[in-house]
Amino acid sequence: MSQDIKQGNNGIVVKAVGLKKTYFLDAVAVPALKEVNLEIPKGSFVSITGASGSGKTTFMNILGCLDKPTEGKYILEGTDVSLLTPDRLAEIRNERIGFIFQNFNLLARTSAMENVELPLVYAGVARHERQKKALELLEMMGLKGFETHFPQQLSGGQQQRIAIARALVNSPSIILADEPTGNLDSKTSYEIMNILKRLNEEMGVTIILVTHEHDIAEYAQRIITFKDGLVISDTVNTKKDTL
Amino acid sequence: MNLPEAFKVSSRALYKNKMRSVLTGLGVIIGIAAVVALVSIGQGVSKKIENQISSLGSNLLIVFPGSTSMGGVHGGIGSVITLMPSDATAIANEARDVLYVSPAVRWVGQTIYQNQNWSTTIMGVGTNFPMIRDWPIAEGNFFDKEDVEAATNVCAIGQVVKEQLFGGIDPIGKIIKISNIPFRVVAVMTPKGTVGIGQDQDDMILAPYTTIQKKLLGIDYLNLIFVKAISSSAVNTAQQEIESILRQRHNIKSKADDDFTIRNVTDMLSAIMNITNILTIFLGSIASIALLVGGIGIMNIMLVSVTERTREIGIRMAVGAKRRDILLQFLLEAVTLSTIGGIIGIILGSVLSITAGSFIKIPITINIFPIVIAFFFSFAVGVFFGLYPATKASKLNPIEALRYE
Repeated sequence: MSQDIKQGNNGIVVKAVGLKKTYFLDAVAVPALKEVNLEIPKGSFVSITGASGSGKTTFMNILGCLDKPTEGKYILEGTDVSLLTPDRLAEIRNERIGFIFQNFNLLARTSAMENVELPLVYAGVARHERQKKALELLEMMGLKGFETHFPQQLSGGQQQRIAIARALVNSPSIILADEPTGNLDSKTSYEIMNILKRLNEEMGVTIILVTHEHDIAEYAQRIITFKDGLVISDTVNTKKDTL
Repeated sequence: MNLPEAFKVSSRALYKNKMRSVLTGLGVIIGIAAVVALVSIGQGVSKKIENQISSLGSNLLIVFPGSTSMGGVHGGIGSVITLMPSDATAIANEARDVLYVSPAVRWVGQTIYQNQNWSTTIMGVGTNFPMIRDWPIAEGNFFDKEDVEAATNVCAIGQVVKEQLFGGIDPIGKIIKISNIPFRVVAVMTPKGTVGIGQDQDDMILAPYTTIQKKLLGIDYLNLIFVKAISSSAVNTAQQEIESILRQRHNIKSKADDDFTIRNVTDMLSAIMNITNILTIFLGSIASIALLVGGIGIMNIMLVSVTERTREIGIRMAVGAKRRDILLQFLLEAVTLSTIGGIIGIILGSVLSITAGSFIKIPITINIFPIVIAFFFSFAVGVFFGLYPATKASKLNPIEALRYE
């Protein structure tokens, strides 16, 4: 499965054109993204790396429709997202983006099942259908029998698997994983990364992974490195198969 | 997200913080209970006063000597000599809207029966007095026209006087002494109760006014004239008729003030009702300060809750909650809290006012109208005080909210 075949077959899911983001701190302009041009084909597994302050988090927030670029265009599956209202962005996040966070970001004192259901609640899906889908995904994540457990009763790896189930529940166009292994030990990290890899390879889910750890980044087919708000390298991962 | 889903999320959040929700709701509970209780008691008091005043007699007009407009001071009954028995006769004969007329003189004195004595009000009245005051006779027969003409020493006694002088003995036909003058008891009146504070209508002796005038007081004028109009709609025309008859008889020039005053019970009633209504509104307003404080309590807790749950808001926004969804969630939390508090407050306030009413002997009726108002008020408190925290929550930046520790 080479990247070229996928691109040819599936087209572009994420396209950034002249993307710029500038923050204003007390009227002083602080550029976070200087000019980013990128295309990510559907079904790819991309790592975005860089030191802190490189702009990778800012880029991630824009890709996740949590933030808007100051200049340039972000086209998600053919929709220019940079022009949308906050409510439309919420809909896009709901329908097309699945988030996986470093600190899991599950709702406390809410069962595993209901955490997975959450995006479907906002999508207006009926209760029994939500539960069916959530159960399916929890089972796929090996969490059968943990439906009624609260996040704080579960291990970090289990919590992250709930988060992955939640990210998948509305069949999104892309999954954005922001340091998904940052809070996990190395054994659990490999476990989580293997799940993501499998999702990408077996189900063709587009995964964009943000990390500063090299060994984690190398699970991806393509590694994009940011520095000072610019893409400084964009390479096909050759070491991939050795892992 | 639809309303039932939002409601489920909100009520669960309230349930998760049981203690906090109860304490916050308590502010509204106390506020609504206080408003409901004070308004109900206020209405009970004005109902009681209304009953008492109408017990004076329906369609009743009372003519006093002297004018209220003379320096704004009413000199007291009998202090001015302007009303004569012939005035009463003239009213009875000439006024078309008048049904009954009774002249009256009043005196307070000591009454004695054997070894019992009692100080009471002695009213000298005409034979129509029981009809004018809607006051039936319990035992015996009220004195008649001949007794009035002949100024006989007969009297009718109220229940309190009967109790004090006779105890269990049948008073009919017995002789009592009023200021050492013997009177034969011919009738006992039915109980009538108290008007206002302390003025017990049953603590009274009724005798022919002629007897009281001549034998007790040595006067030929009247202290009062009681008049009953033919119907409630005729009260005002009866008043005008009496006024013109008396002005003519007293030779009052067209621009001069009356030398008498006509009081109409309906006017007195509405004046007193006005006062009690103002008092009820006043008390209700004071009680609603408690409700205001309760509302501020809700706002305060909701602001804390929004801050505490910043991360939750961020997560919800990340997975697709719109501003409207977040706003609805927090607004519903505040409204649920305040309306549940309101319902409990209504129940508590009703129980409280019924209990208090039974202690101070005031008939409390729980009306649906104040309850509906109280309910919507508690709802409005939730909306008003929940709107700011909910808006604040809905305007959070998802990136910052997700990063919030």
